[in-house]
Amino acid sequence: MAIKIALPKGRLLEETAGLLQRAGWGLSGYHKNTRLYRLGSNRFPDLSAKVFHEKDVPIQVAIGNYDLGICGLDWIEELLVKYPSSALVKVKDLGYGGGVLYLVGSISGGESFLDEIGVRASTVRIASEYPNLAESLALNLRFKRFCIFPLWGGAEVYPPESADLALITGRVGESHFDYGLLPLIETLRYSAFLIANKDSWETKDMGEVLASLEDNLALASGKKGSSPVPENRTPAVVAQNSSGAAACDTVRLALPDGHQQQPTLELLVKAGIQIDDYPSLTGNRRPVIGLDGVMAKLIRPQDMPLQVANGNFDLAITGRDWVREHLYQFPSSPIKELLDLKFGWVSIVAVVVKDLPVSDIDGLRQLGIERSVSFRVASEYVNIADKYARDNHLGSYRIVPTWGATEAFLPEDADLLIENTQTGQTLAKNNLKIIDTLFQSTACLISHPGGVLSAAKRKRMYSIIESLRAALGGV
Amino acid sequence: MRVQRCKGSRDLTPDQMLRFRFVEKAFRRCCLKWGYEEVKTPVLEYLNLFTSTGTLTPGMLSKVYSFLDWDGWSGQRLVLRPDGTIPLARLYIDNIADNKKLARLFYTSNIFRFEETGQETRERWQGGVELIGVSSSLADVELILLALEVLAKMGIKGVELKLSHAGLVRSLLSELGLSDREQTMIFDQILDGDSEAFARIRAERPDLGRAMVSLLDLEGRSPGFLKNLRSLLGRSVPELVPIVDDFISVVELLDAVGCDYQIDITSGKGFEYYTGVIFQLFYDGDKIGGGGRYDALIPLMGGGDIPASGFALYFDCLMNLVEPAVLAGPLEQRILVKVEREAVKKGLDITASLRDAGYIVELWLESQQPSNLRWMLDVRSEVPAFVIHDSLKIKDIELETAGEVLTLLGESNGDKDSPA
Repeated sequence: MAIKIALPKGRLLEETAGLLQRAGWGLSGYHKNTRLYRLGSNRFPDLSAKVFHEKDVPIQVAIGNYDLGICGLDWIEELLVKYPSSALVKVKDLGYGGGVLYLVGSISGGESFLDEIGVRASTVRIASEYPNLAESLALNLRFKRFCIFPLWGGAEVYPPESADLALITGRVGESHFDYGLLPLIETLRYSAFLIANKDSWETKDMGEVLASLEDNLALASGKKGSSPVPENRTPAVVAQNSSGAAACDTVRLALPDGHQQQPTLELLVKAGIQIDDYPSLTGNRRPVIGLDGVMAKLIRPQDMPLQVANGNFDLAITGRDWVREHLYQFPSSPIKELLDLKFGWVSIVAVVVKDLPVSDIDGLRQLGIERSVSFRVASEYVNIADKYARDNHLGSYRIVPTWGATEAFLPEDADLLIENTQTGQTLAKNNLKIIDTLFQSTACLISHPGGVLSAAKRKRMYSIIESLRAALGGV
Repeated sequence: MRVQRCKGSRDLTPDQMLRFRFVEKAFRRCCLKWGYEEVKTPVLEYLNLFTSTGTLTPGMLSKVYSFLDWDGWSGQRLVLRPDGTIPLARLYIDNIADNKKLARLFYTSNIFRFEETGQETRERWQGGVELIGVSSSLADVELILLALEVLAKMGIKGVELKLSHAGLVRSLLSELGLSDREQTMIFDQILDGDSEAFARIRAERPDLGRAMVSLLDLEGRSPGFLKNLRSLLGRSVPELVPIVDDFISVVELLDAVGCDYQIDITSGKGFEYYTGVIFQLFYDGDKIGGGGRYDALIPLMGGGDIPASGFALYFDCLMNLVEPAVLAGPLEQRILVKVEREAVKKGLDITASLRDAGYIVELWLESQQPSNLRWMLDVRSEVPAFVIHDSLKIKDIELETAGEVLTLLGESNGDKDSPA
């Protein structure tokens, strides 16, 4: 009887790999520099494993693509708080990879911040990678008005200017966070968990596999508490220019983290804009920019359109793919694209497995008429994928939201991908083919033109835009 | 692929729709006769209407269908209304509060709540009544009597009325020396149906006075022991006296009109917004409706210091309880008309006249089997122009003019029995 297990990439990988090694699974290729997504076991011939972004693991197990999975309890609870009837069984605390979710606020707000904020009439803004847990918390705290900003990452840099509170991960007992944040409520203690699909748990005999884990857990629990450092924690960064909200004349500029940092830096240099500590070796998300009255923060490009639409940032450098993703969800969003920055070029494409006998989306649709189950469309771009499936009358389909490494989803866990690609090589290597190109994307500068700005601020923004435009002209 | 109905949703077939309209009609008629005016609120509301303390409990809020609107980049969420009272309070504040204080309002609407298994319906129909602008025992009793009258009009007998008092429960919790937040939390647990919540408090607080314990066990059928309780508590917890008095005065009025009830202090499950008497209606163990006083809701929503109370009846339950005999009523006159191709004009003219005369007239469309109809009318191009088949008396009658047809049917109007 085949048993399928979903294993995590990222912060839990090393300790999970250690556990599975002690359990004698003989999974070759599951290590830190893994480029393999599909793994077989020497010990259990019926067992197959696939490597996912940690956030994807509970979703994959819940929808029944996998019998077992390993991921942090934080992501399990994030799923269950919103979808309590998900077919998930929490099997066992594995004891490693621990951390705590804290609701944090700015130190300047003080310890009583929570009581004060609960009764105030204005909207409480909460930023988090865990939007479902954040919403549940806000409901339980009985905030009168609140809004949740779901993020792809970097929540700790949002308060106090762009959010009142953030739900972020930290170490047990942490009393201060970077950027002058204070933990207000310890929301959830978590560690790595073994989970199972409810159906599989009730019907499949997985005893041998489970026993092999159980027998080898002791070693791991001996290490408990020794490495509770979540992956995304930034090294200590002192609170700088974060005291209170930004002055109303200050231009708030969002710069991308991740691999768009280098080309962004080059563009800024060419535009004569000086910037320190970007990209930062210490993980600082508030680089100092050499322009008066301008404040820069590093956030995820995915999060920028929503943040600019909300007026939390005045200018942001993101990708047109994320702008479009945002506009498909919110067609009346006020954001505007000001400049094409001519770097970060990718194509957004529709992808299927190579041996599928279709060459375009019409062929795929035809195939859908003949089959009896829904298409599963996996994508990081949920709204782009949804619109694409809808516009092309794909019939009955489901969107599977993912957090990366989408190419690993085909063919077992999805039928169609909406994915970005530069050269198409990774796709080809994974035995996939492109059947449609949706659009081309490059980095762009966006803003919210509807805001009421002071003359000073307008002048500052104009000057930044013109410097960048001039720099681009010289390319 | 088979077309699927959304999990947890339901269709109403013609038969169920008959039941639905019967229930709705009985409800609307009673409300109108007691001087209530009908309103409707939108299906979509902002989530924040329901989030603050004093509205819905977190347990209920975790079951609302909420989503971002098209302009939801602000983080503003919408919900499919999970409750009828709060939107109605908003309607009152928006549209009525300025003009007149007292308002008797009612609505029929669907509400939406997630139900995990998908076995039960997630879209529920209810009729709700709200009496806004007055805080008196008589107002509470008016609502109870109206609710019972609606059920009686539907022919539903053996309804049980259970009474509780939110004020008593709250005072009790505040006596325990808990913080506001803890009190709300436990109150929510009780309201969310955690029947163990009370027991846990008792276990944790052995120092609770005997009076408290008897309050928790409060069950009975007369104002007598409420009065005993008042004398017992009057000394140790004087704050409770006005609350018990309020309860007593409702109970005394119910006694005066001969209305049966049962007091069960832990029965007030469901809504955080209640402040006073809570009443629930049961039939054969199932809850079919309920309501209570919610004096703090409109102030909490910024609508000024306006008291209110109300109730809702669950149409989904009531539809199934209506007896077929009650439902049937007098048969409507139904006629099937068969028209020859050459006589279409004549045929359609007479169907129009028959409808004007109050009959239900169906055109024969080749496939239809004439069942459960008393009359069939053939319209021909040649003489005789009209042939009426009476399936009750099993005979055919030949007529020449439309007038003769109407006259004949009119004369037979007395015997409306079904042929079946």
